[in-house]
Amino acid sequence: MSAGEWETVIGLEIHAQLATRSKIFSGSASGYGASPNAHANLVDLGYPGVLPVLNAEAVRMAVKLGLAIGAQIARTSVFARKNYFYPDLPKGYQISQYELPVVAKGALEIVLDDGSRKKIGITRAHLEEDAGKSLHEGLPGVTGIDLNRAGTPLVEIVSEPQLRSAKEAVAYMKKVHTLVRYLEICDGNMQEGNFRCDANVSVRRSGTEAFGTRAEIKNLNSFRYVEKAILYEVSRQIDVLEAGGRVVQETRLYDADKAETRSMRTKEEANDYRYFPDPDLLPVVLTDAFIEDVRRDLPELPDQKATRFSLEYGLSPYDALVLTASRELAAYYEEVAHAVSGEAKLAANWVMGDLAACLNRDGLEITASPIAATNLAALLRRITDQTISGKIAKEVFEAMWSSGKPADAIIEERGLRQITDVAAIERVIDEVMAKNPVQLADYRAGKDKLFGFFVGQVMKATGGKANPAELNKLLKAKLAG
Amino acid sequence: MSLHTMALAELAAGLRARRFSSVELTQLCLARIGAHGNALNAFVTVAHEEALASARAADTALAAGRGGALTGIPLAHKDIFCTAGLRTTCGSRMLDQFVSPYDATVVAKLKEAGTVLLGKTNMDEFAMGSSSETSYYGPVKNPWNTKLVPGGSSGGSAAAVAARLVPAASGTDTGGSIRQPAALCGITGLKPTYGRVSRYGMIAFASSLDQAGVLAKSAEDAALVLGAMAGFDPLDSTSVDVAVPDYTALLGKSLGGVRIGIVKEFFDAGLDADNARRVQEALGLFSRLGVALQDVSLPNLPLSVPTYYVVAPAECSSNLARYDGVRFGHRCKEPRDLQDLYRRSRGEGFGAEVKRRVMTGTYVLSAGYFDAYYLKAQKVRQLIAKDFRDAFAQVDMLIAPTTPTPAFEIGAKMSDPITMYLNDIYTIGANLAGLPAISIPCGFVRELPVGLQLVGPHFAEATILNAAHAYQRETDWHRQMPQGYA
Repeated sequence: MSAGEWETVIGLEIHAQLATRSKIFSGSASGYGASPNAHANLVDLGYPGVLPVLNAEAVRMAVKLGLAIGAQIARTSVFARKNYFYPDLPKGYQISQYELPVVAKGALEIVLDDGSRKKIGITRAHLEEDAGKSLHEGLPGVTGIDLNRAGTPLVEIVSEPQLRSAKEAVAYMKKVHTLVRYLEICDGNMQEGNFRCDANVSVRRSGTEAFGTRAEIKNLNSFRYVEKAILYEVSRQIDVLEAGGRVVQETRLYDADKAETRSMRTKEEANDYRYFPDPDLLPVVLTDAFIEDVRRDLPELPDQKATRFSLEYGLSPYDALVLTASRELAAYYEEVAHAVSGEAKLAANWVMGDLAACLNRDGLEITASPIAATNLAALLRRITDQTISGKIAKEVFEAMWSSGKPADAIIEERGLRQITDVAAIERVIDEVMAKNPVQLADYRAGKDKLFGFFVGQVMKATGGKANPAELNKLLKAKLAG
Repeated sequence: MSLHTMALAELAAGLRARRFSSVELTQLCLARIGAHGNALNAFVTVAHEEALASARAADTALAAGRGGALTGIPLAHKDIFCTAGLRTTCGSRMLDQFVSPYDATVVAKLKEAGTVLLGKTNMDEFAMGSSSETSYYGPVKNPWNTKLVPGGSSGGSAAAVAARLVPAASGTDTGGSIRQPAALCGITGLKPTYGRVSRYGMIAFASSLDQAGVLAKSAEDAALVLGAMAGFDPLDSTSVDVAVPDYTALLGKSLGGVRIGIVKEFFDAGLDADNARRVQEALGLFSRLGVALQDVSLPNLPLSVPTYYVVAPAECSSNLARYDGVRFGHRCKEPRDLQDLYRRSRGEGFGAEVKRRVMTGTYVLSAGYFDAYYLKAQKVRQLIAKDFRDAFAQVDMLIAPTTPTPAFEIGAKMSDPITMYLNDIYTIGANLAGLPAISIPCGFVRELPVGLQLVGPHFAEATILNAAHAYQRETDWHRQMPQGYA
């Protein structure tokens, strides 16, 4: 049997750390990189007698997300306790939302490979506190506990099981990643674990309705891991089923080194979390006025921006999507496009082409680009006003990248200004024709292919600076005799 | 009159007038604690040096004319309130060596008011009990008869006030833990409205029921202490931002025309006949004071005990999960692995009653039982709260006995938790509905004090304090002292 007869069903639970200044239930700073337990106060440590107080900013951020995905915002939501024992969980319970989450029933659209769009339902998004971390490295024989992360606000975004491939899952996760960064509610740093997901994966016979038994793959913190883990898991489940076995409902971990998923615990071993409303916290009651206030604060969202880019700059849907992948990239592009008005497509090609390649090569974010948007625009103006050719522009771009100098300075320094003077080009053409009588004769005898040879020779003699259009026209006339 | 029997207001006036110093008063209390504390086992920790240092500071303030209503008054705190630098055990081996790095809001407020902290009073372990027998530090004795329990869980505070070792003490009341020991020890005990006093720094038993309050010699004294304890606390999300009135100034109003409802369901078969008679006599007095008495029915009230014993254990099973031997509290020796650390630390650190409630609570929250127990109990709790609301549409407050019987013998009910739990049958309703309630002495049954209870609507502390004070102006039950402690 082939994999084509199986359909993959995936739902993602994305955990995004909210970029609040302090934790969700305590006044401790929330942030990454401090020495262990430097950001853990008595509330974070779960000391006897301490109580949680909700950070209103975290609620505001969750509502922002809810509005951005067209979801229902609960006028009343409730925090519950999820009870289990673990050393990095100081209170013995995690404060989360269970029956009444703050956000429910939203959706996001992803773009598939064939350019078509697919709507992915979002069941709910709820607020909760993150746990701490257990540390093993450099601690032989013992486990260290770092509670800096304990109490950091998270929004958990739960999708419907509507993703049908690893690629769709990645596209959806990227979409959410883009969105939370647009909303400035999460910095999206995946290496630091600020944006991660659990993937619920199952397979079923194509054409059947009932879901297969699912496995939950925990804690995937890169797009690549999400894709690889799902691909592995799907083929593992198909293998099990095709060998006549049954998929077990369980929690699995992805081992990036071995590129495989491994069983962590089965359903029977799973915790009974004994959720119940946290009596230390009142229900969160939101007024329409508050929600409208948050709505007014919403920035232009990625989809809105992409549509506008298509209309305003005449970009293809694909280009618009790429250029709106982050708020910073979109802002950069718009600055370039405005500065070279009328040449939005040229600006798009350069931002998505040379600039993106160099950023990628050097591992830089757009905000750290050595070439500012105004400088790139200045370079592009030199192409449009024919001071330099597109080919020379690439050389100038490289020089700008490494030296940080503006385009004009480099063009002058290196004498790259294009030769547009007809007499000057004609002079070079005459010299080249004189030096290559055999080729000239052949060309005139009908060997049209030699035209390129003459172009090359002229370019060589001018250091590539001859205006290509002008050269073509003049050369054709001269060769014709 | 000697200092240890004087009312708080008189003591405060004497301190301000420099008739005696806070150091003298504190030394007297410490001496009385020294003389009787051990026999009653009322204290877990006595803070001699700290108390005298605070007393000296209070005297300095008083000498400079900076004394407030409670400056220089010595008090004791139930050992459930966290006190910075002073051991806080919660009556448990689990916290035997625990020293809190911070003060509970109640402790901080009373410190700011200039009171002197004498020490920490003994209590049922984690406030789970009705007799102060479940303490890791042994049972507290009732000063009226040391073979008997003082009630619980605030039994140490009740015994200390009853024996006049301290002028007043803090307590907490989750199902009657202030009122029941106050009744059994012949003193006044006030449980305020849920949210009136901050729970921050008060070690949690059942968060939706726990409320800090006062054990004192009179309603007047209780009013004074409550004024200093109460108020909104941004650190406790369930505390309520309602202005704190001057409770003392609101005492002394006539009871003419005040409507008091007699809760029919509380005069049940479980109520001792003599105890019932004492309450009836009190009703007669209230009537003479101009109160309009009428019968009211709270039909769901008989369900309070089973409701409570689902809700409270459920919350406690979660609240006590933090005692895992990892960061603070008891840790077993040489744990083999994580499970062993958890099992032995908790197994060794908690006593039998705590374990029983943690297990009960874990059970009622478990998948498959949640709806039948926890959810149903929450529904009944709403019905009980509604019964009270309906009653307060007709009357200004309710009256009832505090306990079914006077104090019982130490050990008598320890092997029968259900009988023990039934001791709180009249007090639990106020906790489930979050209402303020006060227990005041109303006479004796077989030479033991018994109490009556006044329950008011939310934030009507002033109303019940005024009624209690009016009763105490006409009676001297609250002035009776156990023999040997005068």
